[in-house]
Amino acid sequence: MAEPALSIRGLTKVYGNGFEALKGIDLDVEQGDFFALLGPNGAGKSTTLGIVCSLVQKSAGQVKIFGIDIDHDFAKAKYNLGVVPQEFNFSQFEKVEDIILTQAGYYGMPMKEAKPRCERLLKDLGLWDKRNGAARMLSGGMKRRLMIARALIHRPRLLILDEPTAGVDIELRRSMWEYMRRINEEEGTSIILTTHYLEEAESLCRNIAIINRGEIIKNTSMRGLLTELDTETFLLDLAEPLEAAPQVEGFEVERVDSHQLALSVRKGTDLNDAFQQLTRQGVRVLSMRNRANRLEELFVSMTSPPDAGSGIDSATSTPAKETAS
Amino acid sequence: MNTRQLLISLWTMVVKEVRRFVRIWPQTLVPPSITMTMYFIIFGNLIGSRVGEMHGISYMSYIVPGLIMMSVITNSYSNVASSFFSNKFQRSVEEMMVSPMPNWVILGGFVIGGAARGLGVGLIVTLVSLFFTHLDLHHPFLTLMVVVMTALLFSIGGFINALLAKKFDDISIIPIFVLTPLTYLGGVFYSIDLLPEFWQKVTMVNPILYMVNAFRYGILGISDIPVSGALIAIAAFIVVFWCLALWMLNRGKGIRS
Repeated sequence: MAEPALSIRGLTKVYGNGFEALKGIDLDVEQGDFFALLGPNGAGKSTTLGIVCSLVQKSAGQVKIFGIDIDHDFAKAKYNLGVVPQEFNFSQFEKVEDIILTQAGYYGMPMKEAKPRCERLLKDLGLWDKRNGAARMLSGGMKRRLMIARALIHRPRLLILDEPTAGVDIELRRSMWEYMRRINEEEGTSIILTTHYLEEAESLCRNIAIINRGEIIKNTSMRGLLTELDTETFLLDLAEPLEAAPQVEGFEVERVDSHQLALSVRKGTDLNDAFQQLTRQGVRVLSMRNRANRLEELFVSMTSPPDAGSGIDSATSTPAKETAS
Repeated sequence: MNTRQLLISLWTMVVKEVRRFVRIWPQTLVPPSITMTMYFIIFGNLIGSRVGEMHGISYMSYIVPGLIMMSVITNSYSNVASSFFSNKFQRSVEEMMVSPMPNWVILGGFVIGGAARGLGVGLIVTLVSLFFTHLDLHHPFLTLMVVVMTALLFSIGGFINALLAKKFDDISIIPIFVLTPLTYLGGVFYSIDLLPEFWQKVTMVNPILYMVNAFRYGILGISDIPVSGALIAIAAFIVVFWCLALWMLNRGKGIRS
């Protein structure tokens, strides 16, 4: 059996101030996987990835990249690794092309090999026209793509993407998703993604781990995780205004405003039944959409503190104004 | 990494560093040249003509080696201190840390880059000095060896400073409060024979005195101190500082949490 792209055992990190950022986590990412590592801010994602990339020193535990223990031969392990960090971490004054070619040089790649590879990456990522400009002149989205090109210059087998689409507009985000999918499927590059856009993780990733307060609280397939979702909430846009939420037997209905209802549907419930009841009461529904991303609902329920309540409400972007059932 | 890859990565580091100071030449190459020209005009020409000779050599010629060395020291040091700290500040140091480059290549790249600027400015100052005086090179090989070793030593010093620095102010403290006084008191403008005996002894603990005098010996053939001792001292400092910088880098001091 092939070695995992990333194997982590008992990884612990205690910072100088005594804060235990990682509490002995175990994690495996298989070769060729598109893997989501999710968690709220401060959960330990960046610390974990920082240790894998050698930006953070671990306190204990073992990390292997394609079977190579970073304590034994970190240099060899690093050849397999490409990193796109959360923050811009290139010299803003360097030319775009120089940033990528310099990175190739750090990996010992000869210029005659690096130049054509750099050209291809810049063209693929829509940066070729900007190659001679200083990096500081790029837009935020372009800077993110520059970091992707830089991370791929040495053909890594494992790519770590730490919030690669943060602050990127929707159109560009989707084109970046396509590109990530392509390098995962066509080139077989294993990818670990952290993101706060849960729709992104749901759309791209096959497997997922959720980390919270330094511990892995879930590690499963994306499909398997989504089947754990007991309730989905749909927002119904109404043709006519309503003064109060209608009674719909077997469902929980919440009046968001005069023209919108939130309909909570338990897994396995027949949605037609709800519509029939609404039709009988003269309620005409014009359109319907998920109130929150499915993964988001699960994520919030798993990572919320026990006293914060689980729920859909805390996950939603549309605050409920009035509740009736 | 195999030898070829190591050489490519070291070359990349050096090219990156040289490209940086050449790109901002109005900040890195021009100001020291103008400052030194002022020294030549004011101290060498105007005041120097009244000072007369020192060790049988015109005052202008006497101060040239010291001023060249002063340029080399300050520019080697400040180049690495400022470049490495900028890399920390912009987080582009992470580009190097995630790569398989060994730490000695990272250190070597910055040090050679810093020495290149120090030597480049030193060369410009030397050329400027030729407008004011004539220089006979008494010991070319020794001159070259001393100036290169000094440039390397202060580049390593600048690297250690940048590793420890937490803010931009921290990389200007040492040049202002340590390097400049030591350089001025290191026999750039005078022979230590002019000092009272007590201060001569005090001056002997100033390492820059040895570098300036060894360099002056290479160019003019005169020195206040034994040159062989100076060479050994500079070499020893290089070894100690290199090991210290590499040890700090390996421990991730100032760059790894």
